[in-house]
Amino acid sequence: MDNRNLTLLNRIKDSDIYLSFIKSPTAIISTLILIIIFFCSFFVELVTPYNPFDPSSLSLMDAFTPPSWTEEGLAKFILGTDGQGRDMLATILYGSRISLIVGFSAVLFALVLGVGLGLSAGYFGGKYEMFVMRITDVQLTVPSILMALLVDGIARGIISRELHDEMAIYVLIFAIGISEWPQFARVSRAATLVEKNKDYVSASTIIGVSNIIIMFKHILPNIMRPVLVIGTIGLALAIIAEATLSFLGVGVPPTTPSLGTLIRLGNDFLFSGEWWITFFPAIFLVILAFSINLLGDWMRDTLNPKLN
Amino acid sequence: MLVVAFVSFSLFNFVGDPINNMVGEETSDEERAELRETLGLTDPIYIQFSRFIVNASKGEFGISYQLRRPVSELISERLPATIELVLVSALIALVFGTLLGVYTGINRKSFLSDAILAISLLGVSLPTFVIGILFIYLFAVILGILPSFGRGEVVNIGYWSTGFLTITGLKAIILPSVTLSLFQMTYIIRLVRAEMMEILQTDYIKFARARGISEKSIHYKHALKNGLIPVITIAGINIGTLIAFSIITETVFQWPGMGFLFIQAVQFVDIPIMSAYLVFIAFVFVMINFIVDILYYFIDPRIRVKAETVSG
Amino acid sequence: MTFLKIDNLSVNYEMRRETVYAAKKININVEKGEILGLVGESGSGKSTVGNAIINLIDEPGKVSGGSIILDGTDIYENPENIFKLRGKKIGLIFQDPQTSLNPILTIGEQLIETIQTHLKLNAEESKNKAINLLKEVGIKDAETRFNNYPHQFSGGMRQRVVISLALCCEPELLIADEPTTALDVSIQSQILDLIKRLTKERNLAVILITHDMGVISETTSRVAVMKNGDLVEIGTTKEILTQPKEIYTRALISSVPPTNKKINRFKIIEKENKNEGQTNIKILNRWTKKEIIEQDLVKVKNLSKTFDDNFFTESSKNSVMAVDDVSFAIKEGESFGLVGESGSGKSTIAKMIVNLYSPSAGDIDFDNVCITKIKNNKEMMKFRKQIQMIFQDPYSSLNGRLKVKDIVSEPIKLHNPSISSKDLDNYIYDLLESVELTQKSAERYPHEFSGGQRQRISIARALATQPRLLVCDEPTSALDVSIQAQILNLLKDLQEQLNLTILFISHDLPVVRQMCDRIAVLKNGKLCEISKTELLFEKPSHDYTKELLKLMPKIESIYN
Repeated sequence: MDNRNLTLLNRIKDSDIYLSFIKSPTAIISTLILIIIFFCSFFVELVTPYNPFDPSSLSLMDAFTPPSWTEEGLAKFILGTDGQGRDMLATILYGSRISLIVGFSAVLFALVLGVGLGLSAGYFGGKYEMFVMRITDVQLTVPSILMALLVDGIARGIISRELHDEMAIYVLIFAIGISEWPQFARVSRAATLVEKNKDYVSASTIIGVSNIIIMFKHILPNIMRPVLVIGTIGLALAIIAEATLSFLGVGVPPTTPSLGTLIRLGNDFLFSGEWWITFFPAIFLVILAFSINLLGDWMRDTLNPKLN
Repeated sequence: MLVVAFVSFSLFNFVGDPINNMVGEETSDEERAELRETLGLTDPIYIQFSRFIVNASKGEFGISYQLRRPVSELISERLPATIELVLVSALIALVFGTLLGVYTGINRKSFLSDAILAISLLGVSLPTFVIGILFIYLFAVILGILPSFGRGEVVNIGYWSTGFLTITGLKAIILPSVTLSLFQMTYIIRLVRAEMMEILQTDYIKFARARGISEKSIHYKHALKNGLIPVITIAGINIGTLIAFSIITETVFQWPGMGFLFIQAVQFVDIPIMSAYLVFIAFVFVMINFIVDILYYFIDPRIRVKAETVSG
Repeated sequence: MTFLKIDNLSVNYEMRRETVYAAKKININVEKGEILGLVGESGSGKSTVGNAIINLIDEPGKVSGGSIILDGTDIYENPENIFKLRGKKIGLIFQDPQTSLNPILTIGEQLIETIQTHLKLNAEESKNKAINLLKEVGIKDAETRFNNYPHQFSGGMRQRVVISLALCCEPELLIADEPTTALDVSIQSQILDLIKRLTKERNLAVILITHDMGVISETTSRVAVMKNGDLVEIGTTKEILTQPKEIYTRALISSVPPTNKKINRFKIIEKENKNEGQTNIKILNRWTKKEIIEQDLVKVKNLSKTFDDNFFTESSKNSVMAVDDVSFAIKEGESFGLVGESGSGKSTIAKMIVNLYSPSAGDIDFDNVCITKIKNNKEMMKFRKQIQMIFQDPYSSLNGRLKVKDIVSEPIKLHNPSISSKDLDNYIYDLLESVELTQKSAERYPHEFSGGQRQRISIARALATQPRLLVCDEPTSALDVSIQAQILNLLKDLQEQLNLTILFISHDLPVVRQMCDRIAVLKNGKLCEISKTELLFEKPSHDYTKELLKLMPKIESIYN
């Protein structure tokens, strides 16, 4: 067992991916930033003493405190407080948790749906493939943000208002996931078409391996690289989409604010000079998305130079 | 097109009870029934659908639940604002996107290319509304040189109200259009760059080099023309995306266009406006696809002379 | 004075992990009016030398030493020099005519642009010159074709256009990098004749880069042999082919299948795998050997296959008849050859026999059971086990994500689910050793192996089900000749000891002659003739077969 782990480790160390990773400062830095953000967001209780959603701990006296380095700033609120006296840092981290959860779930949803359909469409071909690809073509021309808005709009129509706030996060995940799956379907179908025509697939068929096993054991691992690249870039897009929808007021409700909601709430104070309330969530969002995109960009260059 | 019409119709019909959305809690049942009758909601589905199609083709989508005005009126009021915004943005995105993309594709190792690429990646990571807010804060709040909302003064030419003819109108369109175009521009830069890099690796470019063709001709005649083929498709989708993203820009800059109207409609579940917007978008997409196909025909000989036989 | 003098040329590739020396201190001279062959196996550096002359070495390669002097000008002395030479003094032809032409410019536009870059001619004059050129390279109706786009030409015609482009400014040196490798034999000979004619008429100096000894023998006057970046030896073609001095050249030539006789085994001088002598076929102990019965194992009856060009229109206008009413029978225990050029339908027939495609019409019987009509999966598995296939491309025929062990064990486990893990391991080792691979190979991944070794893994996988029929679809055409010889030897040994029946598909007539007992010749999906191998080569009856035999490049032609 030890021996096997060792060879696996050596294999990783010996791989081109690892080599180009340790030679790429941008890849290392963006990964570090992401690890820090993920850690702080998911273990936010350990990082900050404040719970912005516990009304008893809030005091309106603290409202609109500027960041700590300004003249009126307080050391205990590093990034200042918002209109309800909530600590900005804690609020951002809680918000980022929501944003990340929505982003990851939406991408996962889109990935499973998209790869499932794309893989099977590419493998089986025929009318089924045409049908699936026609849907993705139609949906690709509809911009994702519009798609998500529509889904959300319909959901609002179907679900009653009280229930909607509770369901908002699931609706959001569904809306963003639905708007992103065609990308996965397209890429995985294209990759499947390439793989399907390789002789190892024919060899497996001749041996008598069943279609399902060929698809999942043989083809799926071989198409994962481009899918992962799309997934990474898709994660950044999903986080931005979530923020955008929340900013437009159709995303998660203000009771459990995500980064987008925070920016929208802070936007009202921009003209009265309380810039930090909208500025810090916005910067945090940009850093998050930028790091993911940097990583995705590096992956694209390293894993698969030919992607469209 | 018909599919979209049907979806919009379904939206119209099955999503919630429009009457509930229109009237307050205190409305009596008789009043509701009366309203239902006037809106034609008691007729069978297929009659409603055919009426919807007929009306839609005439540009009529019923009456807004929220604003209590005909949707067609609302749309024709808002349409010029959105179209002007989108066109200006598309122009900015395409022109600068292609130029910078070609530059970075050719000069792969220059410092400027790296800088453009890093900025473009940042551009992809910046949500449109964040750019908008930053612009407003910088140019309107701190510097105070450009307006942060509205269209400025507009001039009416027939049905069309344009902001291009007044100084305030022109000033007002700068921030929203730049904001809107940034995301698309970065996208086009990266696409054109990837395309150029791939084409410069091909055998026919290598063969052209081996024949002593000048680098200038290789870049701008041989490579760019091939590289533009996918850009045309993207440019088509690009305009569609711009229309969608104009929703955000219009919200941030309170630009009185259709997107702004739509987002209010979503919040208040104003179905007639939503479905009208959908039909409008679908119409635009169909038109764009049509134009893209025609452009393809002119730029790609492989499509143009498909019918002729391969001989030799 | 020497026309082209390559003096101590070295080219390095700085890779991520190591530096590859693609050319090491190469010295070659070329005179006007001669065709110099540059021959070698993959990775020998022959193309690198060609690219170095025109200064088009791919990144990250660099000329690290030596000089190239063309007609008194040192190409690397001044980086500007090459721009005056490319096209004007040096012409270059690439391997693949499909990708060498810009798809969105007409060939006329491409010709005129090249002409006007180097010669001071106006539009009218350039056009006349271009049309004359097209006529010179044998393009009929040149005035109309002038305005056509590249995709409107067939492969052979495109290569003619490429040649006209390379020659349009009257260069004195022509570098042809595998100019006929992507083409069929009949077209290959036309292109080679064209190059020979132009060399004479224009007094060109030509460097012909190729891996094909037959082409070298028929076209060149002198030959340089390269291996791993070294120049092994250089001399007149006759000397090199008949009395090679170096061991490597001798090995190379002995592994080229002779076209004029059948030999039992190839003489292997340098072996990729260490162990010598005849293969130790360990798998024999496990093999439930079927005695060869006098019967037709495979009977193909009136087989046809059409592919629809378009999914929507099922009209016959758009469909392609890949295989058209073909019938033949393969006797148990024999090697049956299927020969034809690209588009002849030979691979399609193979894919129908292994049941990857279903025929549009006709039947295939295996062991007197019609296998094309089997719908039941269980029933099918019985035949899957008995018919296995080896593919052309060793790089795509193995799943890169699986270890060799998992690749080879998949068929065993599928057809014998109850096998114990210890027995399975031994089975895998026996299989690997039977194809001359070590037991250690089992734990490694396909990318760690060379093309020839991968092909061995492929064979091991095919043998794992203990098949009776082995379909080999161009099993060696992606391999270098020395490796080809080893794989062909291995197949012969396996067939002999395991009583296999082999269907051998190839475009390469000399190879088929060495491998097969009987041969069927196909053209455009139709069967031309079936005949015993020696009879076919000595007394072909069909005109097409005669033409193929006449046109195939023969290494022995050097004796004539």
